[in-house]
Amino acid sequence: MNAFYRGFEAALVALHPLWKLIGYERLERPVETIERGVKGLLFDCRMCGQCILSSTGMSCPMNCPKNLRNGPCGGVRDNGHCEVHPEMKCVWVQAVAGATRIPGGMQALQGVQVAVDRRLQGKSSWLRVVRQRVGEAP
Amino acid sequence: MIFEDEPVPGYPLPIRAGHTSPGRFERVLRAGHFAVTTELDPPDSADPEDVSRRAHVFDGYVDAINATDGSGANCHMSSMAVCALLTRVGYAPVMQISCRDKNRIAIQGDILGAAAMGVCNVLCLTGDGVQAGDHPQALPVFDLDSLTLLETARTLRDEHRFLSGRKITYAPRILLGAAENPFTQPIEWRAQRLAKKVAAGAQFIQTQWCYDLPMLRTFMGHVEELGLLDKVFILVGVGPLRSAKSAEWIRTHVPGVHIPDEVIKRLAGAADPAAEGRRLCIDLIQEIRTVKGVRGVHVMAYRQEHTVAEIIERSGVLDGRVPWYPGRDPQSNTNRMAS
Repeated sequence: MNAFYRGFEAALVALHPLWKLIGYERLERPVETIERGVKGLLFDCRMCGQCILSSTGMSCPMNCPKNLRNGPCGGVRDNGHCEVHPEMKCVWVQAVAGATRIPGGMQALQGVQVAVDRRLQGKSSWLRVVRQRVGEAP
Repeated sequence: MIFEDEPVPGYPLPIRAGHTSPGRFERVLRAGHFAVTTELDPPDSADPEDVSRRAHVFDGYVDAINATDGSGANCHMSSMAVCALLTRVGYAPVMQISCRDKNRIAIQGDILGAAAMGVCNVLCLTGDGVQAGDHPQALPVFDLDSLTLLETARTLRDEHRFLSGRKITYAPRILLGAAENPFTQPIEWRAQRLAKKVAAGAQFIQTQWCYDLPMLRTFMGHVEELGLLDKVFILVGVGPLRSAKSAEWIRTHVPGVHIPDEVIKRLAGAADPAAEGRRLCIDLIQEIRTVKGVRGVHVMAYRQEHTVAEIIERSGVLDGRVPWYPGRDPQSNTNRMAS
């Protein structure tokens, strides 16, 4: 899944000239809808607009009721479930398990994530990444 | 213990090379003493005397007092106000900041304000979820998490600027702490999480209650392997259990608290369970002290605060040291009034 995701990202970046031709602003709505559908289905994505799935063992940290993007809180239950929602598996227990299956995944968990930019909520992370990669920061 | 460059105990100290705060707590840690901290149960009142009374029971036995920030998501007097009252008379508080109730704008303002009032130690926490407390209908904020909070505080202190980049004319001179829970899932990753907190700025750590020494030893082994022992002061959480029943209740209802069956059995088999709980706490403190890399204990004796002095006294961990408290040195107090 992680490998596929990386390939997908590379393809998106390669198509930058096309995106530019169409116009990123015009693309925002349709891409956002597709991204929401695909990532919602695969990762239960919350559309924070600054995706870090590759640094969280492909477990979406925004599903954590405390929005923890840097690791689990101290309240995880003995069975690995969430403090806030006892029926839900802890996002970070899943992240650590996921990271062990991805090459370099454990290393990626160690990166300290900066505070979330709440303005990006609901925006497409894919388009943002492409524009960052080609040095055209949105 | 009076520091040689401390003419008026309780007043801010000169900041030594390698120190980041003018506080007594940092001095004690860096001098290599086995430190003792505790937690003040914040009052459900607006009476400052309640705070004084609650701090007074620890006099002579603790190096710093944590002021909790709506712990368990229950409403109490704010940690900021408790700290202000404590610093007025010279105590060394550790101001806890939880990310649950405030966003980054409020938190940064609080850090500046607290430092201005003489707070030298800040503990950066994520905080319990609102569902745990007496206002489950409240909005959980969680704008920052404990890691980004640490980074934010460090940015204020070391880079003299807000997260926005705007300059601060006088930076807060504080020692930064964080919490860790070595006793819960994902257990194998807990030491790495600590490494992340150290990377984000944590200088000291206070852990969740420890009732399982083998687990603590395993955790500390991992911490040593990661090369963190000389980068962070680790204070292990301890506390007296009142009875087998209350221990059972805590481990079922308080998220993240691990109490092994043997502990419950020991309490259940005792003629005086509360005394046995204190004895168990003392035994644990003495064992914890021998674990490599542990630099102190954090005594959380919720609703049993009056037992802290006895527990520390009997554990002998202060080695005859008497941490400063208001009124300890009558001579110095006279000086303070004269100055």
